[in-house]
Amino acid sequence: MDNKEYLASERAQSWREELRKSKSNKERTQIKRVHMNELAPAYRITNKEEVNQGLTKEQAMTEASRCLDCPTPLCMTGCPVQINIPQFIKNIERGEILEAAKTLKETSALPAVCGRVCPQEKQCESKCFYTQKMGKDAVAIGYLERFAADYERESGQISVPEIKTYNGIKIAVVGSGPAGLAFAGDMAKYGYNVTVFEALHEIGGVLKYGIPEFRLPNAIVDVEIDNLRKMGVEFITDCIIGRTLSYDDLHEMGYKGIFVASGAGLPRFMGIPGENLIGIMSSNEYLTRVNLMDAANPESDTPVIKGKHVAIIGGGNTAMDSVRTARRLGAERAMIVYRRSEEEMPARIEEIKHAKEEGVEFLTLYNPIKYIGDEKGKVKQMLLQKMELGEPDASGRRSPIAIPGKTELINVDEVVVSVGVSPNPLIPNSIKGLQVSKWGTIIVNQETMRSDIPDLYAGGDIVRGGATVILAMGDGRRAAASMHQALSEKA
Amino acid sequence: MNKIIEKEYFSEKVVKLVVEAPLIARSRKAGHFVIVRAGAKGERIPLTIASADKDKGTITLVVQAVGKSSSKLCALNEGDYITDVVGPLGQATHIEKVGTVVCCGGGVGVAPLLPIVEAFKKAGNRVITVLAARTKELIILEEQMKTNSDEVIVMTDDGSYGQKGLVTQGVEDVIKREKVDLCVTIGPAIMMKFVSLLTKKYDIPTVASLNTIMVDGTGMCGACRITVGGKTKFVCVDGPEFDAHQVDFDEMMMRLSSYKDME
Repeated sequence: MDNKEYLASERAQSWREELRKSKSNKERTQIKRVHMNELAPAYRITNKEEVNQGLTKEQAMTEASRCLDCPTPLCMTGCPVQINIPQFIKNIERGEILEAAKTLKETSALPAVCGRVCPQEKQCESKCFYTQKMGKDAVAIGYLERFAADYERESGQISVPEIKTYNGIKIAVVGSGPAGLAFAGDMAKYGYNVTVFEALHEIGGVLKYGIPEFRLPNAIVDVEIDNLRKMGVEFITDCIIGRTLSYDDLHEMGYKGIFVASGAGLPRFMGIPGENLIGIMSSNEYLTRVNLMDAANPESDTPVIKGKHVAIIGGGNTAMDSVRTARRLGAERAMIVYRRSEEEMPARIEEIKHAKEEGVEFLTLYNPIKYIGDEKGKVKQMLLQKMELGEPDASGRRSPIAIPGKTELINVDEVVVSVGVSPNPLIPNSIKGLQVSKWGTIIVNQETMRSDIPDLYAGGDIVRGGATVILAMGDGRRAAASMHQALSEKA
Repeated sequence: MNKIIEKEYFSEKVVKLVVEAPLIARSRKAGHFVIVRAGAKGERIPLTIASADKDKGTITLVVQAVGKSSSKLCALNEGDYITDVVGPLGQATHIEKVGTVVCCGGGVGVAPLLPIVEAFKKAGNRVITVLAARTKELIILEEQMKTNSDEVIVMTDDGSYGQKGLVTQGVEDVIKREKVDLCVTIGPAIMMKFVSLLTKKYDIPTVASLNTIMVDGTGMCGACRITVGGKTKFVCVDGPEFDAHQVDFDEMMMRLSSYKDME
């Protein structure tokens, strides 16, 4: 049975049919999209509590009833891991929330995470019938995914996906971020003995060191990781492949397949004068200190600078995470400095909205060209160049151009540089014969995620450069499927 | 979790810890370091591997109690565990036969100097080691250095042991006496800066092993960045050893004071 037939058979189940008949499409489309409760801005900037409060069961069931249960669900084509969206939503509509959670877990290793951090407006929700054909707000697929996963966790009845039988074949995963976790989950389901090697002392990659508590509580990530443990996945922290253990060591230890998901952790700096002054750091450093090392907590040994006038350079999600963190650490003036206009910002619209509500200033069409320090070497000012947008280039993107003579000097005591990341060369460099692009990404077959070394697969940011959590997870799933196929053929 | 097998006080504030870490012991080379974390609320700090025993599966770390985290480590006893030890990190020392090598270290920097002295000696070099400290009690590893060097010169600020004077004086005496092909220096930034200025005067290639602030130690944050030959480098992945004559030591010292108010 192919996927299309499978979906059709699920849709043909009697309960789905009954549910469809219970309300007319007209009734369904007249319901307004749910609004998720949020903590008030004045309160939330005083702590690290999660801003989005989630849906109530009633809200979720109403929102679920908006879904028209399309015969050809376009929403699924927008989901990199192909969640059976109508099936889980219809389960919510009929109140079978634990069933909905189970459906999610068929294809997603981390639903509570994805429901929170995926840019649904660019993925599943952008393909929803409401957005595509009716010009209305999409069904809140992300909110519903989060609701189902949270409900299951809070119910204390978390289901562990069924493991067929262990086949005794050992598989190694390098890196415990979203790509590695998704891969590990699928391989465990196929019956492999999976070991995940992580360089840091915590499992989760960017989910732990990068994305802040107010957007993704670590406790939620830990529950999903524990779920993988229950499926038999083993985690080894403080172990750097290419350093502590080599690629050859993994072979000697009997690993038959290796999935490299080491991410793009190398921060870019701009190389402008004064960038090494005290108080200027990468967003990776800033967020790692606060998130992974809990530096804002007085009980933590790790320090962090708590600036009063903080500038974040960049316009992506990492920049938003950093600037909102700065507000929570007591910044009176927290600024986003971005060289294009707000329209071009890569950050999620919701994050930009939240940042604004929290009092963040947006200095768009500005680019730093120099930092000035005091006698102790601490940053005290930044010189900004005013920009304008030029004609669209070949790619259709309007590039920022400096307006001659227009500069501005602004007082700052902390600057967080968030202008992107590159793949960490540590692992690619340590494996002889591995093909790497000029950007430092590992070259793989896009379908199979297999590199030119037959037993080595790679996915996530080490293949893509800086991308999203869900794309990384999609890579992990594809790599698992193709590695499983390759190993099955061999056997 | 890594068990402490042996603890020895070199002085009141300098402690030697032999730690169980079989994988690191197996793969480490001279010049490599580890990142350690003590306790659930502990900070990640870099420490150079002073020596290792592959058969016993141990590495040796020498820690000087200067701040909160290093004091916490020094307070651990035999049988206690260090929460996290990860490595080996950084680039190994480039070892080859060059002729005469002067290795100079100050304070706790003497410990990471030992594997480098050993390796240069093994590669067939004439090795002259200059050890420096404020006072007699702070001179460490003298015996081990003697076993691995052709000559050991000890300098103390107060003249309580060896010769009175700074490390630079000991090094300059050697330079005036014989041809030196390479100088390696590890110690406080200010010491490395003056050694570097001295050897530059005599045009002697010099390698400094830098000890900057670090967080992850794998190249993902840039906390350890410094300027070498006008370019920004990450000490944890590009180093820790650099051509001393290219290093901006003033900037490095400035950056080392980033969290001074909070320590």
